[in-house]
Amino acid sequence: MPWVEVFGMGILDNIISQNGYQVVLRNLGYFLGGAGYTIFITALSLAIGMVLGLFAGLGKLSANKIIYMLSTAYIDFFRGTPLFVQIFLLYFGILPVLYDNDPVSSAIIVLGLNSGAYIGEIVRAGIQAVDNGQMEAARSLGMNQRQAMTYVILPQAFKIVIPPMINEFIALLKDSSLVSAITVPELMHRGDLVFANTYEATWVFGAIAVIYFVITKTISVIGDNVERRLATD
Amino acid sequence: MKKFGLLLLTTLLTVALVFSVAGCTGQKQEQKVLKVGTNATFPPFEMQENNEFTGFDMDLIRAIGEEQGYKVEINHMDFKALIPALGNKKIDAAIAGMSITEERLKSVDFTKAYFNAGLIIAVANNNETIKTTEDLKGKKLAAQNGTIGAAYCDEVKKLDAKTEVRIFDDIGAAFMELEKGGVDAVVNDHPVTAYYLKTTGTSKAKMVGDIFSADDQYGIAIKKGNTETLNMLNEGLDKIKANGKYDEIYKKWF
Repeated sequence: MPWVEVFGMGILDNIISQNGYQVVLRNLGYFLGGAGYTIFITALSLAIGMVLGLFAGLGKLSANKIIYMLSTAYIDFFRGTPLFVQIFLLYFGILPVLYDNDPVSSAIIVLGLNSGAYIGEIVRAGIQAVDNGQMEAARSLGMNQRQAMTYVILPQAFKIVIPPMINEFIALLKDSSLVSAITVPELMHRGDLVFANTYEATWVFGAIAVIYFVITKTISVIGDNVERRLATD
Repeated sequence: MKKFGLLLLTTLLTVALVFSVAGCTGQKQEQKVLKVGTNATFPPFEMQENNEFTGFDMDLIRAIGEEQGYKVEINHMDFKALIPALGNKKIDAAIAGMSITEERLKSVDFTKAYFNAGLIIAVANNNETIKTTEDLKGKKLAAQNGTIGAAYCDEVKKLDAKTEVRIFDDIGAAFMELEKGGVDAVVNDHPVTAYYLKTTGTSKAKMVGDIFSADDQYGIAIKKGNTETLNMLNEGLDKIKANGKYDEIYKKWF
């Protein structure tokens, strides 16, 4: 094939001969291990975030002034300040007071708290998107507020919040790259370390970008499937 | 109304763009400009005070620029990004307490050494277990990404796989980690660690053992093959060493 020869030698040979390619190849296992950390941290912080988000979202709809204010303050703080700032503030400032904190657990806590704030807003919006008549109907059937919320409103809200939740999941996975600053050995940190010793920016960060993309694309495909299955009822 | 808004926005953006471009060309002065990259988190060599870059390296490069008729423009970036920035001509020279190493010489050229540094170990005040480099094996170590301190930690890890190496982007964060008890020791260039202990770390940390890696010398990095800038900087360095300016700057910081 003539087009393969445009660089004087074959395209494939050309790529293989590049130092950056060798660097990426040599470190591929190391990067994939980092991706494992990225997924692990993201999954755990998402779990924390969902629990916090559910309470914060319900709290924002609460008639109880104190619960409302606490939820609002929590959401406002973690949504209103940069995640990068929160990482340093909690890692060096607040968490060491509470326990002998290590990078990985600190990262999970900070990311969990941060995503909880966003998920709180998703939950609130999801509940409010369920027609008012549903609550009224449930109450007129003799359910109390809590029963109506648990058995009627939340199951319907669940379906509504799936697309924004997938969105949040992907955003969180990408944001997890910021914890590289506190030396969590995740994907971005490992890319940073290899880059600092090889100076191969294009190859190293190109490879990192591809790995991130494969993960996020997988999540969005799974999300689409879940959405489609739930849409049929 | 909506259309009007869009028009207004487009106009504003265009005007902003034109002005920013005009601003760039307008600033071009008769004087030659030397674009210098540094990582201003490495006191006393480079730091930021009151929005100004200060430190030994900063004074040095400005003195060289003055001597050689260059206007020195300093840009802050990640330490690890300096060598790539030279490669793609974002900067003409990098002065950042950068040790001249075999590894780096593959990617860039260096001026003559302008400072003799060497590594030192810093530990928490109450640490009695680490006294020499031998004791670093199997411990938790911190260093700054891309430095020879980090390379040294990696070597220790090769000797003893139980060693945990934690690499931060800034040396300040590594010292914070030491204070917090997250690591046992920080391996870093002696003058910087000494300055940290003198200023903020006095009551929390101490240096142990001798300065090692004694041929750790700082040079100014330039793009490989850029002999024009290399000769200019070397000449400037010679001049300020001859006329006493170098000693003056040295005394100011050490």
